[in-house]
Amino acid sequence: MNTSIRTVTLAAALTVGAILQPGSPARADAMDDAIYWHVQAEQVEMRTGEGTDTLAWEADGWIGNDDHRLAFKTKGENPIGKRLEKAEVQALYRRPISDFFDMNVGLRHNLRPDPDRTYAVLGIQGLAEQFIETDANLFVSETGDVSARLEAEVEWLLTQRLVLVPQAEADLSFSEDRKIHSGAGINTVELGLRLKYEMRREFAPYIGVHYERKFGATANFARDEGEDTSAVKFVTGLSFWL
Amino acid sequence: MRHLFRAALAAALTLSLAPPAWAGTYDLTIGKAAINVAGRDQTAMTINGTVPGPVLRFTEGEDLIINVTNTLDEDTSIHWHGLILPYQQDGVPGISFPGIKPGETFTYRFPAQQAGTYWYHSHSGGQEAVGMYGALVIDPKAREPFRYDREYTVVLSDWHPDDSPRDILMNLKRSADYYNYQQRTLSTFLDDAEKMGLGRTLADRADWGSMRMVPADIADVSGYVFLMNGKNTDQNWTGLFKPGERVRLRFVNAAAMTFFDVRMPGLKMTVVQADGNNVRPVPVDEFRIAVAETYDVIVRPTDAKAFSILAESMARTGFARGTLAPEMGMAADLPPNRPKQFLTMADMAGHGGMDHGSMDHGSMDHGAMPQKSAPMDHSAMGHGPTHTMPDGSTMAGADHQGHGMTHTMPDGTVMKGESHAGHAMPQGQSMAGMDHSAHGAMASGDKDDPFYAPGSGLMPKAAEGGKFLSYADLKAIKPLYPDRPAAREIIVRLTGNMERYVWSINGVKYSDAEPIRLKYGERVRFKFINETMMTHPMHLHGMWQILDTGSGKYNPAKHTISIAPGKTVEADIEADAEGQWAFHCHLMYHMASGMFRKVVVERETAEVSR
Repeated sequence: MNTSIRTVTLAAALTVGAILQPGSPARADAMDDAIYWHVQAEQVEMRTGEGTDTLAWEADGWIGNDDHRLAFKTKGENPIGKRLEKAEVQALYRRPISDFFDMNVGLRHNLRPDPDRTYAVLGIQGLAEQFIETDANLFVSETGDVSARLEAEVEWLLTQRLVLVPQAEADLSFSEDRKIHSGAGINTVELGLRLKYEMRREFAPYIGVHYERKFGATANFARDEGEDTSAVKFVTGLSFWL
Repeated sequence: MRHLFRAALAAALTLSLAPPAWAGTYDLTIGKAAINVAGRDQTAMTINGTVPGPVLRFTEGEDLIINVTNTLDEDTSIHWHGLILPYQQDGVPGISFPGIKPGETFTYRFPAQQAGTYWYHSHSGGQEAVGMYGALVIDPKAREPFRYDREYTVVLSDWHPDDSPRDILMNLKRSADYYNYQQRTLSTFLDDAEKMGLGRTLADRADWGSMRMVPADIADVSGYVFLMNGKNTDQNWTGLFKPGERVRLRFVNAAAMTFFDVRMPGLKMTVVQADGNNVRPVPVDEFRIAVAETYDVIVRPTDAKAFSILAESMARTGFARGTLAPEMGMAADLPPNRPKQFLTMADMAGHGGMDHGSMDHGSMDHGAMPQKSAPMDHSAMGHGPTHTMPDGSTMAGADHQGHGMTHTMPDGTVMKGESHAGHAMPQGQSMAGMDHSAHGAMASGDKDDPFYAPGSGLMPKAAEGGKFLSYADLKAIKPLYPDRPAAREIIVRLTGNMERYVWSINGVKYSDAEPIRLKYGERVRFKFINETMMTHPMHLHGMWQILDTGSGKYNPAKHTISIAPGKTVEADIEADAEGQWAFHCHLMYHMASGMFRKVVVERETAEVSR
């Protein structure tokens, strides 16, 4: 699996390289069909407070024209001084399905927790009313377990550059996958409130709080491992575009 | 006998091939040069080494030979904006010709068959936005119906000191509000809550939020330095006059994205020409010049002092400023920008005929719209492609014409206003009957411009009171064509997806669209319906658009017609130019993201012979 991820990364890097080559300006008959790309690390942050201090990241990117895009997402958590706790990568094909929403289809690979898991992904993401960024995904793992993740986020402008960002995420499973300590039902809920300062659109340091709580069997698994089932942490981080 | 006949024939041929008047040869070289308008040297693409390029001065009837040499390392082109010419000479790569390759010289040959103020610019990629434009003046053979003692061309433009055209489009595709630093914030929320109460403020925010649009969205791109004849406000382009002289100013808006409101404090400007065609003189205090338009005005300064030429961006972010003065080195004060303008619900798509003054947005349940079908007005559904709603379901495109209280949302959702109670407006917004400054203007006899939605946040108002030019004031002196009814109507819906930054016509972007086909010799009516919240200057190459201002045979002929948000505007086209032509929004990044069509004019016999 690691090899295939490396292949995908290499292919993506080559494509990006090819596209960044300066070329002649487009002729009228093709100018509205150009290739664009975007890579952003929405969160690279240190979570401190209850429990172990943790470095967490969440990043995504895409390349393509208006109608067809290749996208990736990655997120993970690394407790300081311990081994990587969570890490996942998604490789997706994305296309618009309405004015404000895109469909994502592809693969997700979890490097952590152990053992690793590969999932098929079907998702819908976009801008809901009241400017709420939403991302809803359904996953089917190689073991046949079905799970879902719902995310919502909104940006409230305190000033043109100081932005308050409430976030919510819920992970749920329709069946138990004991090996990765996942129960059936709602597994985890995460709530965040971050205050970022957009020095540029491309560069925004932030501070905030992050709350995570595990439920049901997932919480039991955590308890058995001697882990906390809920934690409030203070975060300091950076949001940036490449 | 036979020889004699042949000789006569040869003589006749020679005569007919001889130039009717005279031929002028002009040489233009496309290259790069440094310009300094933002505090440092930056590289511009130039025509003969300057920004703007040289003023090209032709004479009506002259046969033009223009050699354009490309010294860039990329393709280029020159388009003669507003000129009537054979389509192969029109300079649009991919439509008129293949473009001019690096190192090549392309020779344009066409007769100057009209007179007036026009301009020329690159039609390749973003070259126009980085300096490739200039004024073009054709002197008439006949005497003009107005007099002046001296004249200047005044080329307005915008220069982005930070981002290349390619970067700008990339940024907009990544985040459509990348350049918008005039959004509503907590502080405007608190101000509004204080003024009109928390409930109404929340309801107003919910209204805009349900559409996922922002009222501060007047210009897609910010950060520009505005230029007058290539100079910024400090460099202060100056034209000299002697007191009492009549000075003709030929304004050209060569900006990539910026509409300008032009005024000259202390002087009345008499508009005598629009888009190269003479109009009945209209004395005004201010006029709005859309991207790609030209206006000629005559002023008569009698005092020996400096008069500013102020071209304020429509989004109120800055000025292009120059000066008319009796001697060099003089300047009048540069005033502060007027307060920001905000779009209103009147500017939202499809609001034809809606009475905003009596409408209570707060009582509408926007939040529940996509799920509810009850408040949708199916009688308003009409022709057009299907729209996709946020929940993925589709419905027929809405007809935006004159449906009283129908509220058409950008995603195709249509709803009806329910309450008619009066209401307060949030800060910075104005609606008909709510804006007190508008009342003031009305009291002084100034009427609202019918080419803007009633209550539009963009409604032009003269800075120091008085007359603001409207399209309704433009009346042709000598109509170019006899008046006759159009044979058919072509619907041109101006559409777009702001969030994705994809702009289109009739919901389809250029690369996915079929050309618009016109029959040679027919007169058609373009019915522009602006369903977006941006103003679109629509430019047709090769043929005039006879703008319906309600003046019948005196409707003015224009090459560029600006259509305000929520408005429907009609124009007739006499399809008298065979070939294929470009037709597009002249905002650079709207054009480049798909608000563009090819228009093909073909003879009917061609159809038959197929």
